[in-house]
Amino acid sequence: MEKYYDVAVIGAGPAGLAAALEARKTGAEKVVVLERDFEAGGILNQCIHNGFGLHYFKEELTGPEYAERFICELHKTDIELKLNTMVLGISRAKHITAVNPQEGVLGIDAGAVVLAMGCRERPRGSLGIPGTRPAGIFTAGTAQRYVNMEGCMVGRKVLILGSGDIGLIMARRMVLEGAEVVACVELMPYSAGLRRNIVQCLDDFDIPLYLSSTITEIRGKHRVEGVVISRVDKDRKPIPGTEKEIGCDTVLLSVGLIPENELSQNAGVEMDMRTKGPVVYENMETSVPGIFACGNVAQVHDLVDFVTMESIRAGRAAAEFAAHGEKEAPFFELYASRGLNYILPQRARMDRIDQFLDVFFRVNDIYKNISIVVKSNGGEIARFKRDYAVPGEMERIRIPKKLLTGNEIEVSLKGGEQE
Amino acid sequence: MREFTCIVCPKGCRIFADDNGKLTGAGCERGISYVESEMENPTRMITSTVRLRGAQLPRLPVKTSAPVPKKIMMRAVALLNDITVEAPVRCGDVVLKNVLDTGVDFVATKSTGETAGNRE
Amino acid sequence: MQYDVIIIGGGITGCAAAYEFSKYDFKTALLEKENDVACGSTKANSAIIHAGYDPEPGTLMAKYNARGNELAHELAKKLDIPFRETGSLVLAFSDEEVREVRRLYENGVANGVPVEIISGEEVLRREPNISDRVRCALWAPTGAIISPWEFAAALVETAVQNGVDCYLSSGVKRLSRKDGMFEITAGGEKYRAKYIINAAGLYADKVYEMAGGTGLHITPVRGEYFLFDKTMGGIVSTVVFQCPTKLGKGVVVAPTVHGNLYAGPDSRNADARDDTATHTEDLAYVRQMAVKSVPTIDFSQNIRNFAGLRAVAGDDFVVGESEIPNFINAAGIKSPGLSSAPAIAEDLVRILEGCGLALHRKEAFRGERRVLRINEMSYEAQDALIKENPAYGRVVCRCQTITEGEIVDILKRPVVPRSIDGIKRRCAAGMGRCQGGFCEPRIHDIMARTLGVPMKDILQDTEGSYIVTGETKED
Repeated sequence: MEKYYDVAVIGAGPAGLAAALEARKTGAEKVVVLERDFEAGGILNQCIHNGFGLHYFKEELTGPEYAERFICELHKTDIELKLNTMVLGISRAKHITAVNPQEGVLGIDAGAVVLAMGCRERPRGSLGIPGTRPAGIFTAGTAQRYVNMEGCMVGRKVLILGSGDIGLIMARRMVLEGAEVVACVELMPYSAGLRRNIVQCLDDFDIPLYLSSTITEIRGKHRVEGVVISRVDKDRKPIPGTEKEIGCDTVLLSVGLIPENELSQNAGVEMDMRTKGPVVYENMETSVPGIFACGNVAQVHDLVDFVTMESIRAGRAAAEFAAHGEKEAPFFELYASRGLNYILPQRARMDRIDQFLDVFFRVNDIYKNISIVVKSNGGEIARFKRDYAVPGEMERIRIPKKLLTGNEIEVSLKGGEQE
Repeated sequence: MREFTCIVCPKGCRIFADDNGKLTGAGCERGISYVESEMENPTRMITSTVRLRGAQLPRLPVKTSAPVPKKIMMRAVALLNDITVEAPVRCGDVVLKNVLDTGVDFVATKSTGETAGNRE
Repeated sequence: MQYDVIIIGGGITGCAAAYEFSKYDFKTALLEKENDVACGSTKANSAIIHAGYDPEPGTLMAKYNARGNELAHELAKKLDIPFRETGSLVLAFSDEEVREVRRLYENGVANGVPVEIISGEEVLRREPNISDRVRCALWAPTGAIISPWEFAAALVETAVQNGVDCYLSSGVKRLSRKDGMFEITAGGEKYRAKYIINAAGLYADKVYEMAGGTGLHITPVRGEYFLFDKTMGGIVSTVVFQCPTKLGKGVVVAPTVHGNLYAGPDSRNADARDDTATHTEDLAYVRQMAVKSVPTIDFSQNIRNFAGLRAVAGDDFVVGESEIPNFINAAGIKSPGLSSAPAIAEDLVRILEGCGLALHRKEAFRGERRVLRINEMSYEAQDALIKENPAYGRVVCRCQTITEGEIVDILKRPVVPRSIDGIKRRCAAGMGRCQGGFCEPRIHDIMARTLGVPMKDILQDTEGSYIVTGETKED
């Protein structure tokens, strides 16, 4: 049975919820959200710690509280929420095939589609850590689900590889649940997580953070019995002779997140190798007209507030597309240059920009007293100052529309000290 | 000289306190009061879970209704081991009153039921 | 408990034997030391049904491989085992290797295996991602890929359905012979049998010694592998070998039946019979050799590394009645063991008969098995099935599209795994790019609920591989 919706949103995490609500508010009459889990809220349901919402709600909420605000909003509307629903495919023509236990295989035609599938964690395999393959190696998010939602203890003596936020948060969780956290080991010379998490989750519990270090061997036949860690040189290669054995029964991996874009690729959207998400325009539209992307599927965020704000833009644009279709419009490209890991949006259309063009990126190292220089056709059009910039924290600049020329934009870092 | 990393907001300002207690490096007033309280009586929000019966999941997330002294954190969280909550629960419901005489409660941070689909 | 025949070892050889024996009315039991079948060499290997051109004519390997290949084709159909006849190539890059390909061709002809030599251009036409330095190749159309775990599981399940008893977690502790009967203590139970099939893989010599045998020595030879995401799965469509050396068949690049790609193995004597750790330098060697065949493999798509052990007893397999009467070895089943197992099993029946076992075919033997695989069905068929049982509409493993219904089905089969990896081996859940990150807690929960056991009783893999220590909030 084929059904038509003005806007179909894939995923009921923070991105999908905000996009769906905004699409409805903007005037889309029939909106559906397809969620694979048995409840809405996405990853927020397992992020029971607080610190969410400072920017968007101006107060500090836990993950489930943040999600519940949107879920309650959603229930006040006529937006349809399909739970336990797995999307199997999306076509360029915005036909969605999904499956759930109640309805079987369903076909949905949508005026506009919002991709909000989030991201997944990098598993051990992608790191190539040699050694044995015992039980007790979890990605931090998997452990978080076990502990916070399933009520299962994943181990007693824990080592954390990678200092991403989920890993840091899990260090504290494990201690509060009575486990010992023996160390957090980070490959880079700086942490990938938010600084407040280093303070609240490691320093508070005297958990050592070993920077420029990595696991060079995992030991244990059935269950983890320990690891060998080594210091790494500036090329991140282990330095022989620096090996140190640490006993533990559990290793949590917090070594990066990968946007989940199998469905996006299935729909034929153009991908950006650097964000590992779709190439998007200023309103979060992908290269396929009428398919939008927002949240961690487009770029990995560290603050849910920014996911919400980005998704509101996507939801609004999706509703407008569903109502009016789209006229071809000239666009210009944005490039990440010196000091930037990526830039988003990758493209923008002058006539869709309101007063400002918001540009997001991450820097590739720790910098102090840096200038963010925006050039167009080689000429500088804007400059932003930062006292401090770190890869672990997403940067945003607002470029006033009046400064834009309609030609390509290049953003780079200038001056400052590299720490 | 003591160095603090402000945790009030994600900016994480580095604030320095000299021997006379003079503070430098704070990006806003909240940072100054954070460091002052860190020096006097550091407090933290506690988030954890309690057993939950009659719902889709076996645990309910909870938090302290306000920050509590850092030094009582482990004792406070241990109290949750003895609590079992029956569904339905509303977000904000008090799960444990007046934790260790701090005047702070443990409250639920998630509602059961209405929002959830069927897990099994 | 008394049996006519006891098979020791639930690897591919033991499972194939159990299947073959279940066609006859003598009483058979299979004893496996691990908590599941296919936990040793069968767990980690190249998953290839070799065509059979490689073994020296006249060896047991040559005899069993060609016949085993035929049988594997049949079994895959009858027992619904994931299997693909991809054919296989052996690449030659140098004059010496061109000569080697010619030698393999002659070998293949002598072994009765269809083979053909194709030009470098033809190789590149069929497989454009192979190195353009290729001069020519041996093409063996009957080479195939299989899921080795499902192969073993299908065989043992069918055996059990036809009356064989399968005892897991039953490692043999004692084995003695009294009044013409063998007495075995395993898993806390006592068993008696007239005949023993020693299919104990890496431990076959230990089992043989327990019975008083001498002269069998198993050397564990380790091979390490890279497994890649499905994005790499299409880079080759056939099994790509290099020319064999003294060390073995060399590093293979091949697709898997689940749509992934792997590269491996190397070949190195292992320190111990359970030494399946991976090593930086060995993996580096595999990588170097793999890109010689297929230069464009993207190693950033690596989702898992693993190592397997081959049980090597010498240049050939050891199959036959041993110096101990009625004690039959099926040992040293190194490569091409997976391909040979069904033929070895056939031969074991003849050997048993030679030892005096009377053979009567069971009339009621049922050699068919069907497995529901949602991801192979049309949307219409899926829809109809979900209307009957909604659990087939609940996708648990996102990467491979495996549903709760399929996992529950596995837990109702004749040999029930108690580990997450046991589920993974039977339906590929958790084998995809997220490596179980999302689905592991869900499969864990489904297993605990369906089997009616606490979460902590569900293991990752073998005994001792606990995933959770218990519940939170327990004090």
